[in-house]
Amino acid sequence: MHWFSAKRTIKLGVKSLWMHRLRSTLTMLGMVFGVCSVIAMLAIGEGASREAQEAIARLGSTNLIIETVKPPNEQANSSKANTMRKYGLTYADAESIRNTIPSVQVIVPVREIDQEARYLNRKVPIKLIGTIPWYTEVSPVRLIRGRFLSSVDLQYQLAVCVIEDQVARKLFAFDDPLGMDVRIYGNYYRVVGIVARLTTGQTADSFASEIAAVNGNGGGGVIGNVYIPLTTARKRFTEVKVSFGGGSENIEKVELQKIVVKVDSTEQVLPMRNILNTLLGRIHDKQDYNIVVPLELLRQAARTKQIFSIVLGSIAAISLLVGGIGIMNIMLATVSERTREIGIRRALGARKWDIIVQFLSETLLLTLAGGVLGIILGALIPFLVTYFGHMPTVITPSSLILAFGISAVVGITFGIYPAYRAANMDPIESLRHE
Amino acid sequence: MAVVHIEKLCKTYQLGPVQLPALRDVDLEIEQGQYIAIMGPSGSGKSTLLNLLGCLDRPTSGRYWLGGKDVSTLDDNHLSLIRGKRIGFIFQSYNLIGQLNVIENIKLPMSYQGFSEERSIERAGKLATMVGLGNRFKHRPRELSGGQQQRVAIARALANDPVIILADEPTGNLDSESGAEILSILDDLHQRGKTLIIVTHDEHIGTRAERTIHLLDGRIERVEYNHRR
Ligand SMILES: Nc1ncnc2c1ncn2[C@@H]1O[C@H](COP(=O)(O)OP(=O)(O)OP(=O)(O)O)[C@@H](O)[C@H]1O
Ligand SMILES: [Mg+2]
Repeated sequence: MHWFSAKRTIKLGVKSLWMHRLRSTLTMLGMVFGVCSVIAMLAIGEGASREAQEAIARLGSTNLIIETVKPPNEQANSSKANTMRKYGLTYADAESIRNTIPSVQVIVPVREIDQEARYLNRKVPIKLIGTIPWYTEVSPVRLIRGRFLSSVDLQYQLAVCVIEDQVARKLFAFDDPLGMDVRIYGNYYRVVGIVARLTTGQTADSFASEIAAVNGNGGGGVIGNVYIPLTTARKRFTEVKVSFGGGSENIEKVELQKIVVKVDSTEQVLPMRNILNTLLGRIHDKQDYNIVVPLELLRQAARTKQIFSIVLGSIAAISLLVGGIGIMNIMLATVSERTREIGIRRALGARKWDIIVQFLSETLLLTLAGGVLGIILGALIPFLVTYFGHMPTVITPSSLILAFGISAVVGITFGIYPAYRAANMDPIESLRHE
Repeated sequence: MAVVHIEKLCKTYQLGPVQLPALRDVDLEIEQGQYIAIMGPSGSGKSTLLNLLGCLDRPTSGRYWLGGKDVSTLDDNHLSLIRGKRIGFIFQSYNLIGQLNVIENIKLPMSYQGFSEERSIERAGKLATMVGLGNRFKHRPRELSGGQQQRVAIARALANDPVIILADEPTGNLDSESGAEILSILDDLHQRGKTLIIVTHDEHIGTRAERTIHLLDGRIERVEYNHRR
């Protein structure tokens, strides 16, 4: 086919679609909505999964987080008052992991205490984190000013702290926090550094909050974290917690809230979980710990995304199918309405192929125009969803190409039969038609 | 060599169990530049013969040579090509395409032969002027009178400079005045050496043609020679 005959075919198609503007528009709507839903749903799906993946990636895909959990069976006989219940991770656990598993790259014990930090007459609720200098290797903290905890701090149980920027803002307002002393539970800690934590964004996604809980800021009203040396925390804060519930006094003792273990590569993560389970299972006689594997959450997220995509894909496919059938229906009507024209063209030398090309390109123009409109609308919807629904959306270039490709495929699939019908009409009969 | 050579051409329609012979053993030879009229009562097979001559249809049996080439057994693609290149059709009901204007209608046969747009438009313009529509290029068929529409159809039939021009009752839908105009244009074409084959009920055409073939029940009943020149 010469290039000018292609041009002519397109011109002809546009012309005859323009002749029946209303019909063409109505016919196109099916495609528009189909493609629109493909784009919009892919964008919303992609946004949600990317957010989840980022959140998990921040936990570190080579990390394993062992956290203390209250063993469930103990809750039943909590009626025995005044007996101290000891559970959870211990310094000994951290020690045996370090000593017996050589493939552990970094091991970071974490102590978490809900406290208040005071400066002058201001006070803010914080989460006090007792940890070691290598904490930065397993957690997404970024140093803004000063330094993080050092091994000297740790060794000499120094009264120093590193505060998060939001704590710094609340506590010091316009003063420079560095070198100032913050009071926590009657003791003063010198501020040596300010860090920022990469957060999950502002969305109230269930996944994000799950991650947040693992990250250790699930507590109510807590402004942010304050980091002190683990040794200092051990010296100055009791591990015993007394609470009153059910008319009696509950005494609990927990040494460490978390132990974060980092391995060299993602391949080692799952084997490491088994090793840790075996090791801790031998030491602990009850299930008072839980191993969270961000990598596995990541894989789960990928699976969820896959299922989501399949569901969205089927919805879109159905709407496109309906749209395509609508187009086929209209094209069949068009063909029979234009029987005489077909006969004339055939008499004037049009081959069957020319007729096929003519009607197929009309259908294609219709679906592609519908596709483009759908892409525009579909790109608008995620924008609105983000703006009004505060949900992240991501329009990937591949989804646009996919939508365009889908319109072309729908056009060809549902255009081929009407075009074939048109081409195979008997010229003489067609000329006599009306 | 004859432009049209037909031997024992038969066309039989099958209507259920019934065989309906529309043409029986037609032999015909037409030389380059001749003006032929085909006459006969309704149902005698005039249109059937014209459709076969125009390669719109294939004979049930018999042979047809068009310009020395046997076209009776060609496939659909080749027949389309021959229709486009070597045959010009003029119909009783004009058969213009309503959504196209005069020029676009005239250049339609050229577009299927892969002519460039510029060349087609130029030639279409010349042809439109030749049939007296020099000032109607952009008109749609419904904005033209019947006679004017038929002139567009004649210009269109000439687009690819065909070997034969076939007209099925070209004046059938026209009043006598427009009909006469059309006939004079056809005469003119004949003067320029075109081969014309015209189906008609009109005795006037019979007198204009050099030869009138009378059909009856699908057979050539008689041939009348008219040496008016
Ligand atoms: N498609 C068809 N199927 C069956 N029979 C047909 C078909 N086309 C034509 N015939 C029959 O063939 C015969 C010749 O028809 P044709 O159209 O050639 O007549 P005609 O001479 O052109 O008549 P008119 O002057 O009325 O146009 C008629 O009996 C007609 O019924
Ligand atoms: Mg007839």
